[in-house]
Amino acid sequence: MFLLEVKDLTKRFGGLVAVDSLSFNVSEGETVSIIGPNGAGKTTVFNLITGFYQPTRGEINFNGLNLVGSKPHKIALAGVGRTFQIVKPLRGLSVFENILVGAFARTGDRREARRIALDVIDFTDLAPLGDSIADGLPIGMRKRLELARSLATGPKLILLDEVMSGLNPTESTEAVELIRRLRDERGISAVAGVEHVMHVVMSISDRVLVLNHGRKIAEGTPAEISSDPGVIEAYLGK
Amino acid sequence: MKRNTVYLPVLGVFLIAAPFIFQTRYSQHVLILVLLYVALGSAWNILGGFAGQLSVGHAAFFGIGAYTAAVLASKTSLSPWWAIIAGPLFVLPIALAVGWICFRLRGPYFTLSTIAIGEMVRLVALNWSELTGGAVGVVIRPSVFSGTSKIPYYYIVLVIAVLTVALCQRISRRKLGYYLMAIREDQETAESIGIDTTKYKLVALAISASLTAIGGAFYANYFLFVDPTIVLPLALSVEIVLMSIIGGLGTVAGPVLGAVLLKLSSEVFRNEFAQANLLIYGALLVVVILFMPGGLMGGFRRLFKFGSRKAQRVSA
Repeated sequence: MFLLEVKDLTKRFGGLVAVDSLSFNVSEGETVSIIGPNGAGKTTVFNLITGFYQPTRGEINFNGLNLVGSKPHKIALAGVGRTFQIVKPLRGLSVFENILVGAFARTGDRREARRIALDVIDFTDLAPLGDSIADGLPIGMRKRLELARSLATGPKLILLDEVMSGLNPTESTEAVELIRRLRDERGISAVAGVEHVMHVVMSISDRVLVLNHGRKIAEGTPAEISSDPGVIEAYLGK
Repeated sequence: MKRNTVYLPVLGVFLIAAPFIFQTRYSQHVLILVLLYVALGSAWNILGGFAGQLSVGHAAFFGIGAYTAAVLASKTSLSPWWAIIAGPLFVLPIALAVGWICFRLRGPYFTLSTIAIGEMVRLVALNWSELTGGAVGVVIRPSVFSGTSKIPYYYIVLVIAVLTVALCQRISRRKLGYYLMAIREDQETAESIGIDTTKYKLVALAISASLTAIGGAFYANYFLFVDPTIVLPLALSVEIVLMSIIGGLGTVAGPVLGAVLLKLSSEVFRNEFAQANLLIYGALLVVVILFMPGGLMGGFRRLFKFGSRKAQRVSA
């Protein structure tokens, strides 16, 4: 029994097939990376799973629920969290308030929501910035805030869209460490979209999927993927 | 919170004593208007300020509340004061229908659609003469307070204003308030963390419109005359929005400050400068927008570090 089962997922935008008959599974507590060059269809896959787009064809089952046709907020409440590639903080609110809003998905009680938000702000090391307005944060912190806000809703699975883009080496290392702790300390599954074959990300992934032009061209352990000739070709050309 | 425990009782005593401090009928009339606009601005702020859905059609809800009183007075033997309860009940289904249509639109398109709704309600009132008296309007015979004293009206509108502001304060600290602010900041983000944006926008509109109808019902009972140019003009919708913007959008105190400043100054200017008062009104708006982004509340905060965000949260 998988936590997330994606079968034959297809999305067409007019003549363009953005995602083409994609099937994959994610087990409970598993971290999966989806890698692929810009335009490979990673963000579209995330938007399909979280209900922001409707698939042209295919099935998405999460924890025994069929997600196709559900609205984004219902999918979020079912336990699928997400971050956005182009970060979308609640700009006028503070870092703490951003996380607090997420926590209200689990409870209507103010004290309980504050307790959850305080736990999440500590887990993500954002506590020193709690009172800062989200709009002024540097990109590394905003990416982390995306994850924190989603984590506060209590997801079983988090979809991280382009977790590494725009980060400097130190921030990347911190981000990878945070994703590892998500699995090791909280048992939360993650699907991380990554543009480049980054060994840091692959090192913490249980499995790696490679997308190119909306199709899955390879799937396997990080070691298998780094030596796959098809993958090397997709990135470097023939 | 400590600061509030000092200032609130002082403000409370002042508000209760005000009609005895200001004894002329005219000054009491101005106080009543100020409090009515405090209530209207605060009610609008729930939808426009917290949820960021800039409605410029709130005169429709005000007018329906006022006409409820007028119809009760002209067509039934009931007291028009019942409109304070009946007005919101009539407005609720209308507001939900309006929301169902207009919330499909975002940003400026939503705002334009609310202007259209306001004009539609005005035209219906103008043409449905059997019910509304058309352009002639409806004169309401005073039912409960037949004397000339303004003091009972002052206390009624004081209760309406205080309850409305208290409700705003309560909402701002709770799940509903945070959800509305999340919707204002980014609807997609809000959806991604489990917020049913359509439902919460409708909740905000329902509360906002109902409270506005209560204001309209009071107004009809106070002025004892209702016609479309008085209770349904676009200018009223605009004035409600301006008060909140000048005071500070999305803050509990903003519409209160805005209503006090705008209503007092417009009365003063009306007396001193006659027709030029609108000019000064406009100039005031430009000054605030240029030099105080975030309205008076934003300006005060920067000047005095007064109720800074940090202090607010510690007391929350």
